[in-house]
Amino acid sequence: MDTLDNNRYVIQARNLGIYYGDFKAVTDVNMDIERNKITAIIGPSGCGKSTLLRAFNRMNELVPGSRAEGQVFFDGEDLYAKGVDPVEVRHRIGMVFQKPNPFPKSIYENIAWGARIHGYRGNMDELVERSLRQAALWDEVKDILHRSGLALSGGQQQRLCIARAIAVQPEVILMDEPASALDPIATLKIEELMQDLKKDYTIVIVTHNMQQAARVSDYTAMMMLVNDGSRSGTVIEFGETTKIFTRPSDKRTEDYVTGRFG
Amino acid sequence: MSASSPAPLGPFQDNLPHRHRVGAVWQWIFFSATVIGIFVLSALLLNIIDGAFGYVALEARVDPDTLAVNGVPLEELPKEELIRILQERLSASAFNKLNDEKPFEERSQANVYDLVIERVVKYQVLETWSLWESLTRSAEIRARVAEEFPQAELRFVSWLTVETIRRPQSSEAVNAGVRTAILGSLWTIMITIVVAFPLGVGAAIYLEEYARDDWLNRLIRTNINNLAGVPSIIYGILGLAIFVRALERLTSGAMFGLVDPTTANGRTVLSAGLTLALLILPLIIINAQEAIRAVPQSLRKASLGIGATKWQTIWAHVLPNALPGILTGTILAVSRAIGETAPLVVVGASTAISFDPNLFSRFTTLPIQIYQWTSRPQGEWRHLAAAAILILLTLLLSLNATAIVLRNRFTKRF
Amino acid sequence: MIGKQRNGVDASGYPLRKEGLRKRPRVNEVIIQSVLFFAGFFSIFTTLGIVYELGKEALLFFRTPEVNLWNFLTGTSWQPHINQFGILPLVTSTFITSAIAMTIAIPLGLAAAVYLSEYATEKVRKTLKPILEVLAGIPTIVYGYFALMFVTPLLRSIFGRDVVEIYNMASGGLVMGVLILPLVASMSEDALNAVPRALREAAYGLGATKLEVALKVVFPAALSGIAAAIIVGISRAVGETMIVAVAVGAGPNFTFNPFRGAETMTGHIVRMSGGDLSYDSIDYNSIFAIGLVLFFITLTLNIISQRIVRRFREVYE
Ligand SMILES: Nc1ncnc2c1ncn2[C@@H]1O[C@H](COP(=O)(O)OP(=O)(O)OP(=O)(O)O)[C@@H](O)[C@H]1O
Ligand SMILES: [Mg+2]
Repeated sequence: MDTLDNNRYVIQARNLGIYYGDFKAVTDVNMDIERNKITAIIGPSGCGKSTLLRAFNRMNELVPGSRAEGQVFFDGEDLYAKGVDPVEVRHRIGMVFQKPNPFPKSIYENIAWGARIHGYRGNMDELVERSLRQAALWDEVKDILHRSGLALSGGQQQRLCIARAIAVQPEVILMDEPASALDPIATLKIEELMQDLKKDYTIVIVTHNMQQAARVSDYTAMMMLVNDGSRSGTVIEFGETTKIFTRPSDKRTEDYVTGRFG
Repeated sequence: MSASSPAPLGPFQDNLPHRHRVGAVWQWIFFSATVIGIFVLSALLLNIIDGAFGYVALEARVDPDTLAVNGVPLEELPKEELIRILQERLSASAFNKLNDEKPFEERSQANVYDLVIERVVKYQVLETWSLWESLTRSAEIRARVAEEFPQAELRFVSWLTVETIRRPQSSEAVNAGVRTAILGSLWTIMITIVVAFPLGVGAAIYLEEYARDDWLNRLIRTNINNLAGVPSIIYGILGLAIFVRALERLTSGAMFGLVDPTTANGRTVLSAGLTLALLILPLIIINAQEAIRAVPQSLRKASLGIGATKWQTIWAHVLPNALPGILTGTILAVSRAIGETAPLVVVGASTAISFDPNLFSRFTTLPIQIYQWTSRPQGEWRHLAAAAILILLTLLLSLNATAIVLRNRFTKRF
Repeated sequence: MIGKQRNGVDASGYPLRKEGLRKRPRVNEVIIQSVLFFAGFFSIFTTLGIVYELGKEALLFFRTPEVNLWNFLTGTSWQPHINQFGILPLVTSTFITSAIAMTIAIPLGLAAAVYLSEYATEKVRKTLKPILEVLAGIPTIVYGYFALMFVTPLLRSIFGRDVVEIYNMASGGLVMGVLILPLVASMSEDALNAVPRALREAAYGLGATKLEVALKVVFPAALSGIAAAIIVGISRAVGETMIVAVAVGAGPNFTFNPFRGAETMTGHIVRMSGGDLSYDSIDYNSIFAIGLVLFFITLTLNIISQRIVRRFREVYE
């Protein structure tokens, strides 16, 4: 784990800790995220899953008073090194949020805008179509591209947000409970979509839903508050999903995945 | 314990009916307080309408009937006839001066007719009556005019007419209008908007999107709140010291070699506009801040999450969605500026100007005109003030209606 | 093809990413941020301008041999042409007109606020509130006209023409009260609305009547917000100009009789500057000195009010 292998791993966190003011929300995280795989982060509420996820594309620093220590290597480059542009980081590592948040613009513009700001020179119609197809939304919206993105259903909105994220062609997509606001059918669609996207992207997903983690992910990270009264969260176990769910090495993980956790 | 109470209440008294009665009385008191507001508003409007119409006793120095030619009444005479009358009755120098201002060939018949009325006929107001008096004591008024001013003509006039809006200021109330004042108001407000809108919105963007919570930004915020509470007349004093006096070369136009011979100093439209800009700046900032704050955070995150820069996010998402709110707030602030009088008096509004203003000319505005006319002791000017108030209120009402429409159309977008 | 080709020509239409994650030179972002900072900072200049100019000219005023600070603060006669510069007549009339205004604005404003927030149905509220807002949006010069043309004749016909002068403080003060009423009402209503529902429900649950809930539970809980509203109202009254300039009079007069004419600080500034005031004259300097006094009074009131509001917010948010 201590050697950097940026062919196999796209993101490698080393001794990562994140603070909100004086409060250390996440401590001492070391994990390697494999390219073109889906990695799930699970754990009880408030243990720092979202915080850790947001640290992977420096969204966290938008919270006033927050800061990070340690390193996060992305393709071998430390995201937190001096002179790194957080805007560029977020271009390469996109994000999908818990609540669908399309821009109050047309469906077409939702996708085209991101491409345009990144200097896309190709055929915009093609890009919009390709992104929507990849997000499994094309057939549903191809006739209403100029209607507002807010006019779609929740599940469609979330797929639109995924399409928007992939249109700028990132390498990694971070998803924070992307299906928790959706009904089971829409959730299923998102899960299938993730399997398709895996070919081209690396996905990191935070989820509360054990079955979902077990169904979609290749690797699972189990987070938990450290037991020293500091209320900081950390990754207590990280490995292949099948192993985490069948033969966890940590007792707390076992309790959690089997639903015995308090 | 009252007899009507069926169940024993132990140590409690059955005071409920009493409590309800007290409640009803107070509710009535609270309600009337609110109604008083409406009542005063109506009284105010009625009072102004009362002043804007009514009888006037007029005496002409030259009876217009005597100016008729071959039985053709004065107002129907051809332009050439009217010019001839002017030439006859005015001194040569006065006539030439009029011709210099605008050659007679270029003037319309209506315009020349106005000149005849103003210069030759010269109506003088002997007495005026309000609308209420005119309606209720019409017979009495007629009798009195017939007795006291046998030469006079009694007319029922509306002080508010198209003419009132079209005509410039004049020394005779019957010929005076608010054209100069309206143009002055429009010029001033234009400058105010051009300066205060970008500055105010810029400040709001900075405070909401960029400023961290450090001492400097806290100071800026507190300062803006305090400025919003500074009396407007203080801004007038500031404008006098800074724009009129210290920046005289700029505000008088001397810097650009544009000195208007009628102004020798900085008491210009530009100074007035800049002063009002300072005055409404805090209001625009505070309103715009609120509008920007109302844009959901999720939108910013969505934009930043696909690698947009801060400014791209603000320009493409925050501002378009905050715009209706920003505009509403700006309109409200601008209506405040349009009605402001005190700071402009201090900055040095002129008492009587009759030419169309420009950036570097002396100025008057609608409220200033109202103030000056109200302050004159003669009744006719106060009627004119009432007419000007109606114009001002109509202007403000339409602005406010726009603001309300904007607000209703664009609320609840998310 | 997508997202994998990091170096070399991007076949998908995006520009090359040869700089890796390094900071891009985003000049326009920096420029824009500086411009915005300037806009934000600009209002500091306004304040500095006010303090500097008022202070400078006021200093010149106090430096002139005819003036001394003690007489300025305690003298009961303000007659610039005979070099008497006692600010008291201006202050007392400011105080009297403001006091009259507040005796109108406080009870009516608070009653209206209680009615709107505790009693009025949504529909009634929706009609009444805009009317109050319209009242607040009418230019003060219009109120001045109203005071002179309606309220003064009314007062004179009630109390007698020899008791009430044509220009008098009562008329100006009353109309000023009407002007401030909506301000007090709407700020107080906000304060009443900010009181949590739970508190009301607790009182209703004990069998309190609507009035008891409104006056004994909600009103006290909102008291500091209401106090702030009243203080802002006073500050507004002290700084109000056009009503008093039109209706109260045209000459400093040391009197406590509300039916007599007098001149407030603001009224005096307006009248003095109405003519062509020449710079560096004692008159010119004196309006800055009065302005400075006015500025400090209103600033103090506003700061107190903001303090109170902030404390109030901390309690309920
Ligand atoms: N913006 C913030 N400011 C301060 N503290 C925060 C902030 N966001 C999160 N925290 C704190 O950091 C800790 C971790 O929060 P985080 O949101 O990462 O948890 P989570 O595991 O995602 O929880 P959930 O499952 O409920 O989403 C919590 O104690 C939380 O209170
Ligand atoms: Mg979370």
